[in-house]
Amino acid sequence: MTEWFAHQKALFFLNLIDDDRWRYLADGLVLTLEITFFALILGLTIGIIIAIIRATHDNTYDTMAPGFGKIVLKVLNIISKVYLTVIRGTPVVVQLLIMYYIIFATSNNKLIVAVLAFGINSGAYVAEIVRSGIMSIDKGQMEAGRSLGFNYVQTMTGIIIPQAFKNVLPALANEFITLLKETAVSGYIALQDLTKGAYIIIGRTYSAFMPLIAIALVYLVLVMFFTWLVGRLERRLRSSDH
Amino acid sequence: MTTEHNDSNVLIEVQGLEKHFKNSTVRALNGIDVKINKGDVVVVIGPSGSGKSTFLRCLNLLEVPTGGHIWFEGQEITDKKNDINKMRQKMGMVFQSFNLFPHKSVRQNITMAPIKLGVMKKDEANRRAEELVERVGLPDKIDTYPNSLSGGQKQRIAIVRALAMNPDVMLFDEPTSALDPEMIGEVLDVMKELAKEGMTMVVVTHEMGFAKEVATRVIFMEDGKILAEDTPEEFFDNPDNERLRSFLSKVL
Repeated sequence: MTEWFAHQKALFFLNLIDDDRWRYLADGLVLTLEITFFALILGLTIGIIIAIIRATHDNTYDTMAPGFGKIVLKVLNIISKVYLTVIRGTPVVVQLLIMYYIIFATSNNKLIVAVLAFGINSGAYVAEIVRSGIMSIDKGQMEAGRSLGFNYVQTMTGIIIPQAFKNVLPALANEFITLLKETAVSGYIALQDLTKGAYIIIGRTYSAFMPLIAIALVYLVLVMFFTWLVGRLERRLRSSDH
Repeated sequence: MTTEHNDSNVLIEVQGLEKHFKNSTVRALNGIDVKINKGDVVVVIGPSGSGKSTFLRCLNLLEVPTGGHIWFEGQEITDKKNDINKMRQKMGMVFQSFNLFPHKSVRQNITMAPIKLGVMKKDEANRRAEELVERVGLPDKIDTYPNSLSGGQKQRIAIVRALAMNPDVMLFDEPTSALDPEMIGEVLDVMKELAKEGMTMVVVTHEMGFAKEVATRVIFMEDGKILAEDTPEEFFDNPDNERLRSFLSKVL
């Protein structure tokens, strides 16, 4: 038993302490968080815009008076549908590689490439989540807002979206957790994220156990922390329920 | 076209109003002509499906008419060139299902539109909100959330929310139909109070007592048409329309 402990201790030192190898993980963690954070913001922005376009189309297109606005809405809706189909229909790794090797072949900023790839990917899922939230709000809310003199966008952003957001928060949290873990494939474009950091260490020490368990724990703690944070936010938003 | 609708006594004028819902064979509204003067309390009654709610919802374009014209304060609402959002600020509306904003406190429900639409400063809107909830007897509810209110309280707050914009007309779409019987009175009292103060009102309701007591004019609708229109005295005591007589015999 003591022998086993001694062995583990040696492995621990070899993989994480010697040559400051923990730095690969620390730097990787920072990069993972950076990618996740910016991709999350991009994904939310794209998602909410697409959700509003899709919901507006489904709710009002049939009753809209013919004209320029109706044509624009139709075109935007078609673009949104194509976006959703393509993004949800292909693996995120493939999207990342296409972004890196084809679309940004001449650029060297891998962080931006990753943020764009993951953000655009996440946006598709966020869009459908937010859209389901918008659809779940009673149409009387829109009518009440409009009857007070708010225009469509003011009613959407001030009245509908805040309520929809509250309803879909658990589903959104789920999507963010998925996003955080999906960034583990950033190594495909030679970004040194958390997972890639572990991979580099394994390459040096030829022992996989410590680095892999270490990053698994880091991901787990991140997700648990995030879940706790969302739980608090949910409780705060629920304060109007009673 | 606008000059002839500038009679300063007429608040709303409706001409040949038609509404044809998609996927429906009947016309919800089939040629409605009506004038609503300042200070009028017009009560619209009729069997369900007669188009009375559709008519009311057309007045502020929540329902877009398929034919006809509506003028509000001399401006044509049905003319797309006019800013409907601006005009709606002067037309308060109260719904059957209250439609308070559940994620906002009572105070925010009331002050949101005046502040965000630039009609009032924040302090002024707050003062107005406090004064209005006082008037409907709910001063202690101002910092609660709608979900903690009873139906009657919700509807009184909904009325206050519309009043906060200082509208020139109030539209009521069956304001008491979703209420428990013992709560109807408190809402009707607020509406009577409003009428007494000279507010122009268009009320779709099944409350015949309210119509008799408060209305300056009663309109009876069926199949998307106005079948009778008269003062409440004539309307209820001497109904000259056969269909109206049979309707009244059922509801009175």
